[in-house]
Amino acid sequence: MRLLSGQRAWLLQRLTAVYVGVYVILALGYFLFAAPASHAAWVAVAGHPLVALSAALFVFAVLLHAWIGLRDVVMDYVHPPGIRLTVLTLAAAGLLLMGLWALFILIRTGLS
Amino acid sequence: MTNQERPVFLDLRKIRLPLNALVSILHRITGVFLILAIPLLLWLFDRSLASPEGFEQSAAVFRHPLGLIALAIGLWWLLHHLFAGIRYLLMEFGIGEDREGSLRTARDALYAGIVATVLVWLGLVL
Repeated sequence: MRLLSGQRAWLLQRLTAVYVGVYVILALGYFLFAAPASHAAWVAVAGHPLVALSAALFVFAVLLHAWIGLRDVVMDYVHPPGIRLTVLTLAAAGLLLMGLWALFILIRTGLS
Repeated sequence: MTNQERPVFLDLRKIRLPLNALVSILHRITGVFLILAIPLLLWLFDRSLASPEGFEQSAAVFRHPLGLIALAIGLWWLLHHLFAGIRYLLMEFGIGEDREGSLRTARDALYAGIVATVLVWLGLVL
């Protein structure tokens, strides 16, 4: 648990926030001004190596950011050790599954 | 050691919630809600890329009235979290750390999130 606590968690939360924030703004700009008109166009964009790689990094950054933020919130409001451990374990498992699902989609799209 | 004699006041209806406290708690609530929204977004991402039928299916979600309402709510979660987050990053550089500054940037972040939500939602829908 020392891996993601204290000053390192604080710094990672801010670094991931910047990457995720910039990525979200760019993504919203894309859907606002250049939204894909067809499945083929959408696959071409999402499957582009630069997009897929930056998206994979985005997934990683979001999950790291979500984990640190959720852990902060749970530690503030959930006090009984058993319940806290259960909630954090479920959250970690859920976030990992989401990450694997996202990577699966990106890889499948890149290979198609 | 906790002081058992200390006054405890936890009447939620009477505790004042200044704007900076409101923006702070909303940052937490929207953060948790955004995590809960990830599976739905991944499902849309998955379907839209899997096949032309799935792409149409995903696009149709955003033409349905309930989809449009969900889009507005989700966008506000995202954009409020974003602007409140930018506010925290600015605080790391000493901007808006004092009492007045904190209240001012809290108000700015709250309004920016709402205005951006309206603009982005209109831009996506129209």
